[in-house]
Amino acid sequence: MNTMAPRNFFDADQARDRCLKFRKRILDISQQVQALHIGSAYSCTEIVDCVYYGLMRRDAAGKSPDTFVMSKGHGCMIQYAILEDLGILTRQDMDLYCKPNGILGCHPDYGNPGIEASTGSLGHGLSMAVGMALAEKGRKTNGTIYVVLSDGEVQEGSTWEATMMASSLGCSNLVAFIDNNDFQSLGRTSHTHPSFYPVAEKYRAFGWETAEVDGHDSSAIFQAVTSRRGDKPLMVVAKTVKGKGISYMENVPIWHYRSPNPQEYKQGVAELEKAAG
Amino acid sequence: MRNTFAETLYKSATENPDVYVVVADISPAGSMAKFSQEFPERFINVGVAEQSMIGICAGLALKGCQPFAYTIATFSLYRPFEMVRDDLCYQNLPVTVVGMGAGVIYSTLGGTHHTQEDIAVAGAIPNMQIISPCDPAECTEATRYCATQKIGPIYLRLGKAGEPTFTDKAVDPWQFGKLRYIKRGTDVCILTYGVIMQKAMKLAEQLEAKGKSVSVVSCHTLKPLDRNGIEEALHKHKHVIVIEEHAPQGGLAPQTKQIAWDSQAKCRLDTFTLQDAFIHNYGSHDDLLAAHGLDLGLISAKVGAT
Repeated sequence: MNTMAPRNFFDADQARDRCLKFRKRILDISQQVQALHIGSAYSCTEIVDCVYYGLMRRDAAGKSPDTFVMSKGHGCMIQYAILEDLGILTRQDMDLYCKPNGILGCHPDYGNPGIEASTGSLGHGLSMAVGMALAEKGRKTNGTIYVVLSDGEVQEGSTWEATMMASSLGCSNLVAFIDNNDFQSLGRTSHTHPSFYPVAEKYRAFGWETAEVDGHDSSAIFQAVTSRRGDKPLMVVAKTVKGKGISYMENVPIWHYRSPNPQEYKQGVAELEKAAG
Repeated sequence: MRNTFAETLYKSATENPDVYVVVADISPAGSMAKFSQEFPERFINVGVAEQSMIGICAGLALKGCQPFAYTIATFSLYRPFEMVRDDLCYQNLPVTVVGMGAGVIYSTLGGTHHTQEDIAVAGAIPNMQIISPCDPAECTEATRYCATQKIGPIYLRLGKAGEPTFTDKAVDPWQFGKLRYIKRGTDVCILTYGVIMQKAMKLAEQLEAKGKSVSVVSCHTLKPLDRNGIEEALHKHKHVIVIEEHAPQGGLAPQTKQIAWDSQAKCRLDTFTLQDAFIHNYGSHDDLLAAHGLDLGLISAKVGAT
């Protein structure tokens, strides 16, 4: 975290430890509030961790020329946990999550520390990321824009406008991820739109470079991005598991939004601690 | 007005490298072509993709740029409404959404191309500013303001082409957020904005021929509305007339009535607006306005100018 040069190595063991820590942190916060999109945060934990700790460059003061946009805003608990770990959000910010006088809600708000765009309504983040990428090129500031989309979000027409735009406008400094956990509110995305899969070929047809990875394999995510050709926008389709890391949450839609009760919390902590060894 | 806007935007772009224009498949006539040729990296045509046009403008603004989203009014505001609301207004970004040919100017294109309720729609969103210049000279002032301000988003409601100039001898200079007296009288005050100023000026002439002393005011900034200025106009004239090319809800007319009530104004107050209706009619801009009841003869008769 202390060099402006792109990294050529990402320590998967450290990533694994961090991701367990973040899942535990999110589980702890779940006990303060009714709802927090826990399953959606867990499915993209390794992706967002890799962006912040592996891909985004940082100077000695922690400032990055790169930008992260959580287009699937409902997954922002993982972003908050990481921003707290980086010292950008405070413990008090996290303690006041979704409470009166707090600044953090269930979706990221621009203006809060470390939040580069307000999201929450799906289908907005990719167009904003395209605009940011164009600004980086136009102003010759050379930043890379990282954006995480949900697979439900890719059903939005506006996402496809932005998809067409990113390649047509030559946004080679744009790296997007689809958190392909195969769930949306009303069931599996692959059941809602079977003709939509596989997704990667659609992006290739729209002029993107693509990669398909296991979205819980930190090394694979890092490798997919750092080995890109770089002359086109990159879409990483990351196969993930909603609620990843806690057995009773995995692929169970209710954990899109629900908070665990004390018993479930205890079991979740035990599972995470066991995984941590 | 369209050419004046493009010329002013081009000049702003020569002075400020952060001025971008993101268009949705609208003809780059006149100075807009010059902009696109001289600053190709800052002229972005998204094609027929208005949601993305607004999102891209938001992204540019989030990185410090001063973007304009530019297309026909109904497609710049209605089609990407949620992007305007969330990306621009919620984040309070200095992006100008240009609504070209607002009102019923596209008089042969039918209701799909009319923006009768745009001020109500844009005005309902927190942080949004709304400017509607009445002639090319005001369009220049407004565009300059849009190209330099950092307060937040603006809906810039424009006419199309060929509007005459009314403000060359205006009493007041153009100032964002302030009423502008084009002429100042003591008996009757006509409050209006946008290209329908032409009817207001003609009505003023008719009233003057009847011996009235008439004020004509360009209410170019619809949001924030100069409430003090309106209140003063209501209290300093015996008769106030509002003429606007906009639906009866959410525009200048109902707000003027509200201010009149709040400030216990004693003047006579007449308002003339578009109807709350899709009128299936074609013809000239004037024909469409007349179909809505915005006919100079009808207005004159009602206010005692004939």
